[in-house]
Amino acid sequence: MSERQSVLRLDHVTMQFGGVVAVDDLSMEVGEGEIVALIGPNGAGKTTAFNAITGVYEPTNGQVSFLGAPVVRNHPQGKMKKQYKGSDAALYANEPVLRPTPDKLTALGMARTFQNIRLWKTQTVFDNVLIAKHMLKTSSFLSATLHANRAEEADQRAEVAALLEIARALATKPKLLMLDEPAAGMNPQETAELTAFIGRIRTEFGMTILLIEHHMDLVMDISDRIYVIDFGKLIAHGTPEVIQNDPRVIDAYLGVEEDA
Amino acid sequence: MIDRKAQTRKNLISLAAVLVFLALVLVLDQTIKPTSKAYMLLTVLQKGSVYALAAVSMNLLNGFTGLFSLGHAGFMLIGAYTYAIFTIPSDARDTVYQYFDAAVRVSFPETLGGALGGFGTALGVLLAVLLAGAVAALFAYLIGLPVLRLKSDYLAIATLGFAEIIRAIFQWKKLGPITNGSNLLKNFARCSTFKLKLGETTVSLSTFVPVLIATLCIALIVLLVNSTYGRAFQAIRDDEVAAEAMGINLARHKMLSFCTSCFFAGVSGATMAMVLSIAQANNFKSAMTYEILLMVVLGGIGSISGSVIGALLFISASEWWLRGLDSGTFLGITAPTVFRNGFRLVVFSVIIMVVVLFFRKGIMGDRELPEALRKKTKRGEVSGNE
Ligand SMILES: Nc1ncnc2c1ncn2[C@@H]1O[C@H](COP(=O)(O)OP(=O)(O)OP(=O)(O)O)[C@@H](O)[C@H]1O
Ligand SMILES: [Mg+2]
Repeated sequence: MSERQSVLRLDHVTMQFGGVVAVDDLSMEVGEGEIVALIGPNGAGKTTAFNAITGVYEPTNGQVSFLGAPVVRNHPQGKMKKQYKGSDAALYANEPVLRPTPDKLTALGMARTFQNIRLWKTQTVFDNVLIAKHMLKTSSFLSATLHANRAEEADQRAEVAALLEIARALATKPKLLMLDEPAAGMNPQETAELTAFIGRIRTEFGMTILLIEHHMDLVMDISDRIYVIDFGKLIAHGTPEVIQNDPRVIDAYLGVEEDA
Repeated sequence: MIDRKAQTRKNLISLAAVLVFLALVLVLDQTIKPTSKAYMLLTVLQKGSVYALAAVSMNLLNGFTGLFSLGHAGFMLIGAYTYAIFTIPSDARDTVYQYFDAAVRVSFPETLGGALGGFGTALGVLLAVLLAGAVAALFAYLIGLPVLRLKSDYLAIATLGFAEIIRAIFQWKKLGPITNGSNLLKNFARCSTFKLKLGETTVSLSTFVPVLIATLCIALIVLLVNSTYGRAFQAIRDDEVAAEAMGINLARHKMLSFCTSCFFAGVSGATMAMVLSIAQANNFKSAMTYEILLMVVLGGIGSISGSVIGALLFISASEWWLRGLDSGTFLGITAPTVFRNGFRLVVFSVIIMVVVLFFRKGIMGDRELPEALRKKTKRGEVSGNE
């Protein structure tokens, strides 16, 4: 782990909603080129952790760092002068992010999919991917308007929705790809295909991947390391072999999960 | 994935259709005399252009970006006044500003016309129209700064309030040197005076100019909607969370959409001043916004051709087809006096209710005209009904 460069790092991140502590003092790290899984029982706080990382929520406590720089709300260096523009995304990498809204984090290179599929339903398959590339657009508002060219219609079938979400996330040219239950609702055959597909994304794009998944075949097959959380707390961390044999994990999660 | 040839062909067909339409309007403009009965058609085309542009610009915001604004009349008012103020010729200025000392003493068509002749006059009018849009967009920007960060319901309330306030401000005595207080603005460059002199013959442009302005602006909006920015607007409307997660800056894009929509509302207001030959703040009540909203809903939220159709049907019905109702004759029947004054509005409201009941998603749904025609031949289906 230590020889790799850190892509994502969480230090004691806590996410609280009123009395509910959805993520409790979670620390974890994802290194460059790794596939890391975040697993745990239903309601353990996995999706909430994703939301806290991607800026949908602001962590109640703790620190998220991306590409070695902290993602902070009010950085002492003061207001960022440069207005956000897609083509300037690279410039951002060296600047502290003032308000980590999701779009700014995406501009930095964080891309995700959603557990409850959030494709733009009125848009075609092609447009869904194209819109994700909008951020990278260098042309101005006016010139983009004058060069409009609409894509042809395409069918949007449910089976490809998860893959399309991945394609859409990849279209933002991320450095970290975060997948929230990509295999949900897939049969073993489709899951095996997806496993191979995620592996290819890693080898072909050198992508770093953080994955939430309940299908244990997929998780054990492709993860380098696994973090297990229960009730928001980290209960185990290690390679697939270590996790599979950890009595606390078996007790809290794996033992119950007969159908996965 | 994209069939470029087919796309180019479709674009060419659309362009040809638009050119034929414009040529037809130009011909009608020459052949229909003000005294003839068919002159109503020109009135409908003039007012229809104004409202079609207003409806399409509102649809850009309400239908394509999912932001609900109710300030359209206010932005049109700003456009109408900006246009009027900067096109009043200097010798008419003191008659118009009867009770005030006019502060703005420049007339774009006059100044440019003096320097460049007839072309300069046209350029001056164009400049005033663009300025009308720009001033409306500037106001939108100032309102958007605080309001667009809030939940979208606040935009409706804020813009509705803005439209009411701006109407009062424009009638305020202290601003009289600019807005002429509660008196109307007149004698500025208006449609009835637009002519093209080709040697001996004079070509009337009184209907052609507003139709041309609306056509160009609507074409621009169509391009915008299909551009990557337009797609980003639709992504925000469909799923804001996903849009933001895919790197779309919500605040910036909402602002862009709002300012663009208001720019075209301003242009539509300027065109309205041109068509009506007067600009008066009191005409831009919130009822006007509701009328435009009704056209958008009738045509189909999220369909540009729908908004155009909605506007044209609305204007045709209220200005033309149902006109006879107020004077007591309709389809050759002479009605008893009870059904005279105001009866037109009753019939009109009933028709609208029926349309809304039977076409719940509007006439076009969220489809465009070419698409609807294709689907119709394929599946024999007409409307976007469920
Ligand atoms: N916005 C919110 N407000 C209040 N409570 C929330 C909110 N978001 C999540 N929670 C709570 O946080 C807890 C963790 O939910 P989360 O969705 O992160 O679980 P998960 O690990 O993704 O579960 P699953 O495997 O079912 O997807 C749940 O108890 C949920 O009710
Ligand atoms: Mg979840």
